[in-house]
Amino acid sequence: MTRYSGWRLFREGLRGHKGWPQAWRTHKLKPAYDVVIIGGGGHGLATAYYLAKNHGITNVAVIEKGWLGGGNTGRNTTVIRSNYFYPESADLYDMSVRLYEGLSKDLNYNIMFSQRGMIVTAHSEPEMEMAARQVNAMRLNGVDAEFLDADQVKRAEPALNTRHDMRYPIHGGVLQPRAGTGRHDAVAWGFARAADRLGVDIIQNCEVTGILTEAGRCVGVVTSQGEVRAGVVGATAAGHSSTIAKMAGFELPIESYALQAFVSEPLKPVLNTVVLCPPFGTYVSQSDKGGLVIGGGLDRVPSYGQRGNLPMQEAVLSGLAEMMPALAKVKLLRHWAGIVDVTPDSSPIIGPSGVDGLYVNCGWGTGGFKAIPVGGYLLAHVMATGGHHDVSRPFDLSRFITGRLVDESAASGIAH
Amino acid sequence: MQLFPCPFCGLRDEREFLFLAEAGKVRPDTTQNISDEDWARYLHAIRNDKGAVREVWMHLTCGEVFVLERDSVTMEVVRAIPLRKEVA
Repeated sequence: MTRYSGWRLFREGLRGHKGWPQAWRTHKLKPAYDVVIIGGGGHGLATAYYLAKNHGITNVAVIEKGWLGGGNTGRNTTVIRSNYFYPESADLYDMSVRLYEGLSKDLNYNIMFSQRGMIVTAHSEPEMEMAARQVNAMRLNGVDAEFLDADQVKRAEPALNTRHDMRYPIHGGVLQPRAGTGRHDAVAWGFARAADRLGVDIIQNCEVTGILTEAGRCVGVVTSQGEVRAGVVGATAAGHSSTIAKMAGFELPIESYALQAFVSEPLKPVLNTVVLCPPFGTYVSQSDKGGLVIGGGLDRVPSYGQRGNLPMQEAVLSGLAEMMPALAKVKLLRHWAGIVDVTPDSSPIIGPSGVDGLYVNCGWGTGGFKAIPVGGYLLAHVMATGGHHDVSRPFDLSRFITGRLVDESAASGIAH
Repeated sequence: MQLFPCPFCGLRDEREFLFLAEAGKVRPDTTQNISDEDWARYLHAIRNDKGAVREVWMHLTCGEVFVLERDSVTMEVVRAIPLRKEVA
């Protein structure tokens, strides 16, 4: 395995880039593994990586029905942030931001994490009070946050419409300076390459079609390439988690929705940060290539159709035109959707599934990309030790029975 | 925009409709003692089927509540079934 470095890039540049080896090996499915992970997106690959790195478990297969990172890992808007309200969520998502901060070095793969900051605007005096409450909560939880007035928002992001006669005039906002964007494909590929180097088998184009159970315990999976037995199985299938649960004979508190995103033609630099304007239901950042990466809320209809549609496109883009009228005539290049797994409290589910030997990491809904390192880290911990990490304990499936929900949908001011 | 059928109004713009819940859930008998697990299952467990689904929808503009059968992958609408009882 070749390490990536500046020197190596220079050397390959002189040799016409002909000496780069394959980033990860191609494997045939073996009949048995210690751990089988269902789903080769970011969370699945990260789980395999941390199982090998933190727990020394390397006899692991990641089984992906399509190609690596072809689901939500390749379909999100690449925002990484931890501006949540509750202490449990702050612990979880800030651990993820901290892992992201060291990830390029850890994986020896440039994931291009750019901590350009994220601003969530406030549009009335009562919203300013809620924004101040949010800043205070974040700081109490040990997360960086700054309270901005209208002038500071205008200086930070001059493209925003800050006129007083707009429908929802900007009064100020909340800035998280450590938030930003990353390169989503690089996160999948970096975890895949690093896991492969530690001995993990990555199997693509192999669909899991059933769960093997013996005496009520999950002992493996049935795939399109035959049966595989496993000591334990982890499901990281995001929007398709309910389908996996059905194979194992239980139901999850998850509803699958399409979440759409858009990217524009490349422009010269026009945005400095990630900006979310809640009343318009739209957020936007600019990629290194210059394209505006635009996102909004969930579709209105539960769906497994991985494609965009018009009603939400109209809502999100009209929101952008109101936020930044100068961008109203920018042309779109692409428009797509991923299927996200939404829980009643908008918080994830990490831990035992209820079926012995089967663990789940799902329910991240609209915010799975930012949580890839922590999702993998915590699922690996639960699967390797059989018990919860302190950070994952509040997100056990049992919270829906005890009623101790972590209701972020109402508290954090996120768009969804 | 896609057109959805309302049993009362006929085909209308999809944005006039609101998804309420999956059809077919039965509320546990609350006069009896119900276990936390059963109550949680009633509150939160969702079939979330991929493919053919049966759901309760509302047509917001006229207030009609009805069962909609559709496909959650292709988004094809099969039929709308009224919940109103015909007056004899």
